[in-house]
Amino acid sequence: MATLTYRDALNQALREEMQRDADVFLMGEEVGVYQGAYKVSRGLLEEFGPKRIVDTPIAELGFAGIGVGAAMAGLRPVIEFMTWNFAVLALDQIVNSAAKILYESGGQIPIPIVFRGPNGAALQLAAQHSQAWDSWLSHIPGLKVVAPATPADAKGLLKSAIRDNNPVIVLEGEMLYNLKGEVPEGEHLVPIGRADVKRPGRDVTFICHSKTVAVALKAAEQLAEREGASAEVLDLRSLRPLDEEAIVGSVAHTNRAVVIEEGWPHAGVGAQVVDIIQREAFDQLDAPVLRVTQADVPMPYNKQLERLAKPSADRVVAAARRVLYLD
Amino acid sequence: MEALSPTMEEGRVVKWHKRDGDPVKTGETLAEIETDKAVMDLVARADGVLRQVAAAEGQTVAVGSVVAVIASPGETVGATVAAAPPPAPVPSRSGMRDAGGVEPAPADVTRVKASPLAKRMAREAGVDLKLVSGSGPGGRVVKRDVEGSASRALAPAAATPVVQSHPASRIPHPEVTGAPFEDVPLTQIRKTIAKRLAASLGPIPHFFLTTEVDMERASEARDALNKQLGDQGSGKVSFNDIIINATAHTLTKHPACNAWFQEDHIRYWHEVHIGMAVAVEDGLITPVIRNAERKSLADIGREAKELAEKARSRRLQPSEYTGSTFSVSNLGMFDIDQFTAVINPPEAGIIAVGSIVQKPVVVDGQLTPRRRMRITMSCDHRVIDGATGAAFLKTLKQMLENPLAMLL
Repeated sequence: MATLTYRDALNQALREEMQRDADVFLMGEEVGVYQGAYKVSRGLLEEFGPKRIVDTPIAELGFAGIGVGAAMAGLRPVIEFMTWNFAVLALDQIVNSAAKILYESGGQIPIPIVFRGPNGAALQLAAQHSQAWDSWLSHIPGLKVVAPATPADAKGLLKSAIRDNNPVIVLEGEMLYNLKGEVPEGEHLVPIGRADVKRPGRDVTFICHSKTVAVALKAAEQLAEREGASAEVLDLRSLRPLDEEAIVGSVAHTNRAVVIEEGWPHAGVGAQVVDIIQREAFDQLDAPVLRVTQADVPMPYNKQLERLAKPSADRVVAAARRVLYLD
Repeated sequence: MEALSPTMEEGRVVKWHKRDGDPVKTGETLAEIETDKAVMDLVARADGVLRQVAAAEGQTVAVGSVVAVIASPGETVGATVAAAPPPAPVPSRSGMRDAGGVEPAPADVTRVKASPLAKRMAREAGVDLKLVSGSGPGGRVVKRDVEGSASRALAPAAATPVVQSHPASRIPHPEVTGAPFEDVPLTQIRKTIAKRLAASLGPIPHFFLTTEVDMERASEARDALNKQLGDQGSGKVSFNDIIINATAHTLTKHPACNAWFQEDHIRYWHEVHIGMAVAVEDGLITPVIRNAERKSLADIGREAKELAEKARSRRLQPSEYTGSTFSVSNLGMFDIDQFTAVINPPEAGIIAVGSIVQKPVVVDGQLTPRRRMRITMSCDHRVIDGATGAAFLKTLKQMLENPLAMLL
């Protein structure tokens, strides 16, 4: 297996799917000549030409709408947003067109489209450019949402997203693009809706996705060192559909859970996870389920405040201590 | 005045945070109240204006009596209600609510707080959650508590420590189950005895039994032990240590006296936790020597000394002064020949130990000086009958008169 960055794993997925299916094309700001704001589309213009690697003006609503139209006409567009913060402008096309056309056409017109780009905070990009849209997008029936945390999952989930006949949102991370990991070559598909145990454990389950997987893994190590307690790290990978079976199975095994996400606490993805746990694993719970999220404020620009506002391993360990009754 | 603790009957107003005429909101602290346990906040149960503050700072007021009135703004309220006499009927007028009158839902002390998992595990293991002490927040019973108690309860013969059909007359022996105690429901006759006796003599129907113990051999044994301990540089053994040790051993032979009265059942303990009355500056407290029946005389001595020091310097943790199954009170050092001690509920018995005095005694037809000590046992008649208490005292006396018996 080759070791690739998350960025190159996405690139490989795009290249393989474009080679496999002539209907697949990539469109977005700076994806062609500039080879992507984060170089995810490096080399693709050269290989596939300007008809399939399409540079657009700065007009998110417009090119998202062209993508939906192309999908209605039978193509399989991949729409890149320079960041999901800019995609707010395109929400009408995503929510009102892409997510609803299959329903409103009585099942006649599928929309096989992928919307992808970096999500959540990077470093000191301030309040308007440091937002996690996970729960907004997961809220919409008609959309699937995936949020890979590793290069292998990035490749496998993007390939599955492109082949899916429904609109799929792929949440990447600016801070993840340089992450390296082993990536299976060729036909590597990660099914949408399947969570993954990134670290097995006995005493508490850390439920996380995307960037918080690294936070949870670090917290699990600290918990083992400081308290001798063993945490299971469950990476959701898909936010819609959620892998209820994996969530309930892990909590039934450990009896305790801490749910971690980059977004704000109110109506977050974690709230939905907690709902599943209290309903399906009530008799397995030995402690209330706790959540670790971004602080309930616009992201501060100040470096120290930003660090404190983000979910951290320390906060996860503190929550774990509480559910383990160590405090 | 609300009941701010489960056992509170009256409260002393320490400080008013709001004055007559102040606007108040639901949940705001009106006053600090000293209860039997701690200083607690009395909070407003309605929005309005505080009127007719009827209890002054420093005044003690019965639970249920009116301490103030919360009125609607601009409302005129009737005659001031005196604070002192309790359940004064609350003047009920439209728009007027009294601060103490809205009774909080009384805390249900019988409800066991347990995590869902702990409940399920207890059900499956046949463990009664009421018998498991919770280590979680607010006493919540959690997984580890049930695991601990289930592993003790799962001594093969008895997965269920509570034997519902036990008549109270059948007092279990400690070796029957591995559980730390066994709850035996009250029979009808026991219930009647409990009710009648309680009505006849205060909340706990005490009766007292006195015996005089010859401490000659115990004194010799103590001197010999202390000589040896002195050579080793260890702490000395006191008479109190010897008495606690003998009491613990005697209780294992008389489990009927090692019990708690629990209103609808009697809890017979299989473990012996001796409460040791210690005088402190403004009262007394009974730190507990746990599992005294399994401890050596030297361990008891060391622990008793530590606990007494902690008690005097007020450093005892609640876990160190609760949960005793029987108590010992010793006023021998104050030259008291004999006294009666008050039972420390829910225990069923306590012994009061007097001083050791040389007396002329007839031994084998000869008048000889002997060191003698009087012990008076106070018994809760709802649990212990005269003969039961007497049998206990007889064994205790024999053990003290022949200290070697403690080795058996």
